[in-house]
Formats: sequence, C-alpha cells, structure tokens
Amino acid sequence: MTDLAHIRNFSIVAHIDHGKSTLADRLIQSTGTVQDRDMKEQLLDAMDIERERGITIKANTVRIDYVAENGEKYVLNLIDTPGHVDFAYEVSRSMRAVEGSLLVVDSTQGVEAQTLANVYQAIDADHEIVPVLNKIDLPASDCDRVAEQIEDVIGIEATDAIRVSAKTGVGIRETLEAIVQKLPAPTGEREAPLKAMLVDSWYDAYLGVVVLVRIMDGVLKKGDKIKMMQTGAAYGVDRIGVFRPAMQVVEELGPGEIGFLTASIKQVRDTKVGDTITHEKKGAEKPLPGFKPSIPVVFCGLFPVDSAEFEDLRDAIEKLALNDASFSFEMETSAALGFGFRCGFLGLLHLEVIRDRIEREYDIELITTAPSVVYHVYMRDGSKIDLHNPADMPDLTHVDHIEEPRIKATILVPDEFLGDVLKLCQDRRGIQQDLTYAGSRAMVVYDLPLNEVVFDFYDRLKSVTKGYASFDYHLTGYRQDNLVKMQILVNDEPVDALSMMVHRERAEMRGRAMCEKLKDLIPRHMFKIPIQAAIGGKVIARETLSALRKDVTAKCYGGDATRKRKLLDKQKAGKKKMRQFGKVEIPQEAFISALKMDN
Amino acid sequence: MPTRFGSLSRAVLPENWQQSGFGLYIHWPFCAAKCPYCDFNSHVSARIDQSRWRDAYIREIARAAELTEGRVLSTVFFGGGTPSLMDGETVQAILDEVRRSWPVSNDIEITLEANPTSVDAARFGAYREAGVNRLSMGIQALNNDDLRLLGRLHSVEEAFSAFKIARATFSRVSFDLIYARQNQTLADWGSELRRALDLAVDHLSLYQLTIEEGTAFGDRYSAGKLRGLPNDDLAADMFEATQRITESYGFHAYETSNHARSGEESRHNLIYWRYGDYLGIGPGAHGRLSFGPTRQATEAFREPGKWLAAVSEHRRPEHPVQHLSQDDILAEMLLMGLRLREGVPVARYLPLANEEIINNINELVEDGLLVLAAETLTVSDEGRPLLNTILRKILGA
Ligand SMILES: Nc1nc2c(ncn2[C@@H]2O[C@H](COP(=O)(O)OP(=O)(O)OP(=O)(O)O)[C@@H](O)[C@H]2O)c(=O)[nH]1
Ligand SMILES: C[S@@+](CC[C@H](N)C(=O)[O-])C[C@H]1O[C@@H](n2cnc3c(N)ncnc32)[C@H](O)[C@@H]1O
Ligand code: SF4
Ligand SMILES: [Mg+2]
Repeated sequence: MTDLAHIRNFSIVAHIDHGKSTLADRLIQSTGTVQDRDMKEQLLDAMDIERERGITIKANTVRIDYVAENGEKYVLNLIDTPGHVDFAYEVSRSMRAVEGSLLVVDSTQGVEAQTLANVYQAIDADHEIVPVLNKIDLPASDCDRVAEQIEDVIGIEATDAIRVSAKTGVGIRETLEAIVQKLPAPTGEREAPLKAMLVDSWYDAYLGVVVLVRIMDGVLKKGDKIKMMQTGAAYGVDRIGVFRPAMQVVEELGPGEIGFLTASIKQVRDTKVGDTITHEKKGAEKPLPGFKPSIPVVFCGLFPVDSAEFEDLRDAIEKLALNDASFSFEMETSAALGFGFRCGFLGLLHLEVIRDRIEREYDIELITTAPSVVYHVYMRDGSKIDLHNPADMPDLTHVDHIEEPRIKATILVPDEFLGDVLKLCQDRRGIQQDLTYAGSRAMVVYDLPLNEVVFDFYDRLKSVTKGYASFDYHLTGYRQDNLVKMQILVNDEPVDALSMMVHRERAEMRGRAMCEKLKDLIPRHMFKIPIQAAIGGKVIARETLSALRKDVTAKCYGGDATRKRKLLDKQKAGKKKMRQFGKVEIPQEAFISALKMDN
Repeated sequence: MPTRFGSLSRAVLPENWQQSGFGLYIHWPFCAAKCPYCDFNSHVSARIDQSRWRDAYIREIARAAELTEGRVLSTVFFGGGTPSLMDGETVQAILDEVRRSWPVSNDIEITLEANPTSVDAARFGAYREAGVNRLSMGIQALNNDDLRLLGRLHSVEEAFSAFKIARATFSRVSFDLIYARQNQTLADWGSELRRALDLAVDHLSLYQLTIEEGTAFGDRYSAGKLRGLPNDDLAADMFEATQRITESYGFHAYETSNHARSGEESRHNLIYWRYGDYLGIGPGAHGRLSFGPTRQATEAFREPGKWLAAVSEHRRPEHPVQHLSQDDILAEMLLMGLRLREGVPVARYLPLANEEIINNINELVEDGLLVLAAETLTVSDEGRPLLNTILRKILGA
C-alpha cells in the first residue's frame, strides 16, 4: 500500500506506430522493473498477432517503482494503449482508470488523426497531458515544427515537450521526472467504503477470470467478500496483485492503486467493464458512472471451408469471445455456405484479427462474407428491424424506409493530396463539414455513411495519399437514405453470401464493379457463366465468363508419370479452397476481394 | 453402353507389358547452357568426366538387365539435358552394353535428343555408327530474336544446317518447336509452322511454352515481368490451328503435342503413353516395370553428383522402389493414355475402375468430351485442349 502522494497513474496514447509500446519498454527497463535479459521489444505486446503485426491490440498495465530526483520513491502505473481506430474503446476506458496521459507524437510525422482523437478523449477524462516528442534519433525528426503543430492544431502548450528517443533511451529520465512532477496524484479515501472500477477482465488458463481494477476509495484485501454493483453478483476474493508486468501477489490494494483480483468467477461475461466493485457488507451506496458500452459496427459471416468443421468453429468463436467482449456472434445459415456465424466487430482490423486467430490458433479455414453495417429497417406496420445481414432483408413491400449509420470522419492530409481526398469522400457520399489548415496540412471533417467506409476506404485513402493521410472516425447516428439490396447471380443462381446493401444511385456502379471483379476471380469452367447484379429481380449489370478453352499439359517428361499424378493432387489441394454453387466453383477469397473497389 | 457393366467387381488382371513394348530411357543431365524456360533435370558443368559417366551407365545397365532378363528391348531413348554433348564413344559403349544385355527387336528404334549447333552436329556420324537411328532436335523457334529470348545458343541458320546433316545421316529425324511465345501472334505461328512442315521432316513435337516454377521464366513471371504471353483464348486458338495445319500436311496429332506422318510416330514415347514397361537410367530417370499383376515405379537420384557417386560406390542410385496401387495404376494409365489420339483400351482400364470413376466417365461422354467406342475410350476433339480438367473430373480430383 502506497500513500496517494506517491502514486502516479497514466496512460500512454498516440497515433498508431508513434512508439507507445517502445516508450513503455524504456520506462519498464530503466526503472529495473524487468531485468535486461528478460527484455524484448514491445514487451507488452504479448499476443502472437500483436507481435506479428507490430501493433498493440489490447491495453496493458504495468506497475513501476521509481526513485525520483527528489530522492522519494514513487509507484507509477502505466497503461499502454492501442493506436488503431478500431480499438479506440480500449483507450477510452483505460483513460478512465488514470489521471494523466503521455501524449506521444512521432517527431518525424507530426500530429495525426488518432493523436487528435486521443487528445479529445484525454480532455474528456479531465487528464493532465504531458506531450512527448518521440523518435528524435531519426534524421527526419523535426521537433520545433511538431511542437508548433501541437500548439496550433491541438491547442496545448508544447514548448517544453520532452524530446525522446524510445529507441535509444534519450529523454527517458526526463519523462519519468515529468510524470512525477506534472501529473496529479490520485485522490481517494482509505476509510471510505470500497469503490473499485472494473477496468477490464480476461480469461487466464491457470487463474480463470482475472479482473483489472482501479481502487477509487477504500481498501481491497484477499478474502474480502465483494459485490458487483451492476450485476449484483457476489464473490470471495481469492487473490489480489499487481502487474510488473508479470503478475505479483500483494496483500492489499488501496486508494489510487491499480491491480488485479481473482475470485471464482466463471466467465468473462459475468463481469461488466465499467462496473463498480464494492464490499458485500457496508458497501458503497452509489456506483461510479460506468462506461459507455462498445458496440460492434461491422458484421460479416464466418463459415468453415470444410463444413465438417462447424462445431470446431463454434468452439473457437466461443473461446475467443470469452476474452473479447466487443466481439459478438450468432449462428447463421446460408443456402450456399451452410452453417456458420454472423459476427460483429469494432472495425475491419478487428475482424481481420479475429479471423486470423481462428484460422491460425484453431486451424480452421474460413470463408468470410461481405462485411456489412447494421441498418435500421422500419416496417409499414411500425416495427423496426436491426438488419445485420443483407440476406435477411425483408420483402420491400413491407418496408417503409431504411436508415443507415453515419460517422464523423477526421482526415489529416498534406496539401498536395487534398484534392484526391475530397474526391474520395465525395465519391463515397460524404458531406463536408469542415476544412482547416495547420501548416502544410489540411484537416478535413466529413459526415460519411459507415457502409462506404467500412470496407476499403482506409486502403483507398492510403493509396491516393501515398500513405501520408491519417484517419479517425466515430459513429454519429442514423439517417434515412435510398438504400436497396443488391443481389449477385452466378450462373443464374443468387449467391446470398455476395448480396449487399447499396445506395440506389451507386447500385449500377457497384454492380458493374462486382461483376467485373467476379469475372476475374472465378476460374473459367467448361461452360460459360453469366454473372449478374440485380435489384429486386431487375438485372442492373451483367458480365459473362467465357468457357475454359485450354487446360492441357504440353510437355511430356519422359516416363515421369508420377509428376503428372502429383500435378493433379496439387490441384486437388487447391480445390479445397473453392465452394460449389450449383455447377460453379467459387474460390473463397472471391467473397472479400469482389468488394474491393479500385477507384 | 459398354461401361454400364461397370458394377462388376474390380478384377485385378495382370497388366501385360508385352502389349506395349519394352523400352530403355537413358538420361544425360548436362547442357552447354541452361535455357530460362526449362525445368528438366539439366545442369551446366565445366568439366564432365565422360569415361566415369560411361562406366556408371554401363554398370546400371548391367544391374537393370538382371531384373528384366529375357525381355526383348524394342526402343532406346537418349534424353536430357543435351545428349548430343555425349562423346561418340560414350554412346557407342552404352549401346554395345545394351546389345549385350538384352535381345533386341529387329527394328529397334534408338533415338537421341540433339541440340542443333555445329558442335553437336559434328558428332552425328559417330552416333549413327554406334547404332542411333532416329534424331530428335531441339530447334524451338524459326526466328533469331525468339531464339535469343529463349536463351538458345544457336541461330535459325545454324539449326537448319544441323538439320541438313541430320537428314543426311539418319533415316528418321524429328524436331521440337515451342510456340505461344512472347508476342507471338496466331498468324506468326501459322507461318512458322508451315515453314517447319515444308522441311523434309517426318515427325514434329510442338509444345506450348509452359511457365514452370523455379525457372528463370517462372521467377520473371511471378514478378510480373514476363510480358506478351498469350491469354487463354489465343493459346487455345494456337492449339487448334496447330492441329489443323499439321493435319493438312499429312501429319496426324497422334498425341497432345506430337505430330507424325503415319508410321513415323516415336515408338519409344508410345511405350510411355500406352503405359508399357520401361527402364530409366541416369539422374532423375523414372521407370515402370510390371511383374505379374504388380507394377513398380523407380526414380533415380536427381542430382548428377549424387547419382554418379552412388553408382561408383556400388550402391543403388535411386529412391526406394514404389509398388503402385491399383488406383495409381489406373490414374497413370489414363493420364498417359488419354493424351493419345488412339485412347485407352476399355479392356485395360475397366477392371481397375470403380463405380464412381465409371460414372464420371459416363458424364463426360454425355457432355461430349470423351468418346466411348466398343473397345476404346478416347478424348473428343473438343475435349483435347481440356485434357487436364477432364482427367480431374474422371479421377474425382
Ligand atoms: N528510430 C526510432 N524508432 C522508434 C522509436 N520508437 C519507436 N520506434 C519504432 O516505431 C515502430 C512502432 O513502435 P511501437 O512502439 O510498436 O508503436 P505503438 O505506438 O505502440 O504502435 P501501436 O500500438 O500499433 O499503435 C517500431 O518499429 C519501433 O521500433 C524511436 O524513438 N526511434
Ligand atoms: C529435354 S528437352 C530437349 C532437349 C534438348 N536439350 C534441347 O533443348 O534441344 C525436350 C523439349 O522440351 C521442350 N521444352 C522444354 N521446356 C519447355 C517449356 N517450359 N515449355 C514448353 N516446352 C518446353 C523443348 O521443346 C525441348 O526441346
Ligand atoms: S531446353 Fe534443352 S538445352 Fe535448354 S536447358 Fe533444357 S534440356 Fe538443356
Ligand atoms: Mg503499441
């Protein structure tokens, strides 16, 4: 137990790849929290997928002991957060557990879209913000310009921003001092009834459900009987501890401290992030404000390529959902793809991460259907349907009108690409809301339909701006528009997994693009195959895949008949990745690739 | 229809090698330069100790002869690589050993593959002395720009003079052309093929350029740098034109890529396609031998050094012998046999085929891709360019 004056709690926030996790490494290492020999890069990014992609997906907490220049010993709790917009929710709830933020800005890049988004969240959470200019070891580093940009664009004082190289360790000591001197100590009453914020929870193979808590008031001890104020469930505390970053058991956690508890909680679902934990007897009367729940915004179907693996897929999805409350699923059946699941995600990266994990950790090959957003379908009889899957679109004669989700998108882009960005947003049915300049960069704010953004907007943005634009968005609400369901027919059979909702005015264009793409993606067969896009029975676009005309091995390798046999076997293996629709075989990657628009 | 009796249980009949003959393949794994499209087992080597290789071939022939004692040899084929890099004495010594080892048929066919340079041509006389009676030349293209693109060491003119020498030396001469080359039009290929047919040739192997993984062309292709290759439609048109033009010159397409005047077919290659018995000697060579109802597959070590060392040390220079299953035998018989215009005798494949395969065949017959006559199964004219798809459907792959 540490007295409040000697505790500092903070999150490290930044645009993606600006060096949060690397800075966390240096803070951990320079304070001797982890021995040098146990150190590795981005130590906190422990998941395979994080290490492989070099990004943080899950926020992580570490407790550091630091002896400051004033000779006093401080306990620092840092939370490293993800930078990608899909995981903005992780950042926002992490911020609620701490009093300050280190705002890392890559001094070779400057302020980017998630820098802004994070600052606004930090201000919302009443944080003290300490700006840190990172990567000063790189020749392209320009601290003066970036400091000025921070002041201009964000409006926070940055003249004495700390200049750091998280890579070489320059400026780490200064960063630690700034944390102690500039960030406020937490407040709280040791004698008051227990109020602990449930910040996060996950499943650990050895310990069961682990709950990350921030103590606001009171003291939590092993053996305490606790109660979740929202759910009313009561548990006996088995173990409490802190992360260094390995779990270390402690006797108690007092006000201002961050740590974990385990109790015999069966499922992660039994814990609600944002809930308040108190003692069962003499507990607190009023809970803490709680968090806004995260809502999945992108939905798609996941089907096993091999239909015999459906039960394995169910198992995999259930296990992953245990640890990821932001991911939802329900069973789905498709005429063409058989049994699978309709899953909801925070964004496309989140979708990719989950899909990758299922394929790799559980070794199940998947067909992913067209991602869709959630439409509100208002029926003539006054009822409303949340449509997660275009295949479930009710008969139009019963539909009064349809609303789609809209977002507010903020894009930062160098001047020279502004025109391309505006055109892209305009093409995607965007409505410009704001356009300002900061130095040689423009900040554009657009109101856009989410369905135009979900799929390939970010890829397109990167390609038209050569990677120089950054992008952030959040949902703003729903709005009615002229939306229709477009079906794709292959060899005159509708393929439900390819149907999608589109704006009526964009339907011909999308339909044509889809048909052309599919024509390239579907291999030729021994007969010709019409590929059509249709709205309610009316064909709006059509392509014909001509029949295969040549598939024969020219050469004869002496008497090497084995080689020929193997060649067929190889093709056999390739075929597993195909799905049969009537007489037509469609490769699994077609379901996603067909949606990508080149311009 | 004859196949409807397919529910007969799968009787195992001895595959009779004698119906298809018995041949010997000798692989020479060296070339003067590696062509960028080629994935044959061919290597460039600064120095080749011909006497050591000669001894090794002889030792292997002796070993093979013991296994096949009493069989009558009907063909020998020197393939490569570039067998025309072999010294005349090497070929002589090998063929002497062959004649010592087996009774050979009166009309034995002995083919050697040759590259059409003057250096190679200088050895043609010695080959004839040794007993070679058929030459197969790799001319590949009749235009110098394309020969360069194909990485060939000879010009058209040099190839023609080598051809003339061959014509004067051997009673039977064939040559290979590669078509569907970069930037080649249908008309280009038509006139090139006519020029080839105008020469005094009796057999042509006409191969569509295949981009093979692990070759220089393969690498360039996957990097998107091999431009001007024909699309599927043009390739199909070229294939059709090839059949049409050769027929009009009296060359029939007796196999997917092989065309000959009647009686001039490569009898050695027919053994492969008719799925007869053959020995494979030399690095990477394959063999098939039947003993009663069982059929063995042999495959020699691919790497020349490894093969030579094994033979020199009196070890068997090959992978463990494989005993082919009935399914393998059927697959190979159809893979090879359906390449032939004459097709596969029903009496040979039917005992090996299960109900599923028979049904698949029936469906393809209904679709007009296969033709089932009383005694043979053949691929229709429409089916010929789609042979791989057809085979996959038959075998349920
Ligand atoms: N040269 C240099 N490279 C750095 C520095 N700090 C971080 N990097 C590199 O920048 C890349 C991104 O670093 P991370 O620490 O993973 O960035 P992050 O902000 O945690 O990224 P996300 O968690 O994905 O948002 C890595 O390749 C680091 O090695 C620095 O000070 N100098
Ligand atoms: C073993 S090689 C030939 C022998 C000889 N070394 C030569 O090149 O003249 C047999 C024939 O296969 C053909 N060939 C080799 N690689 C090929 C490819 N990638 N595509 C099409 N034909 C090929 C050539 O026509 C070649 O003549
Ligand atoms: S094509 Fe002939 S010469 Fe060229 S590498 Fe292949 S075997 Fe050797
Ligand atoms: Mg990170």
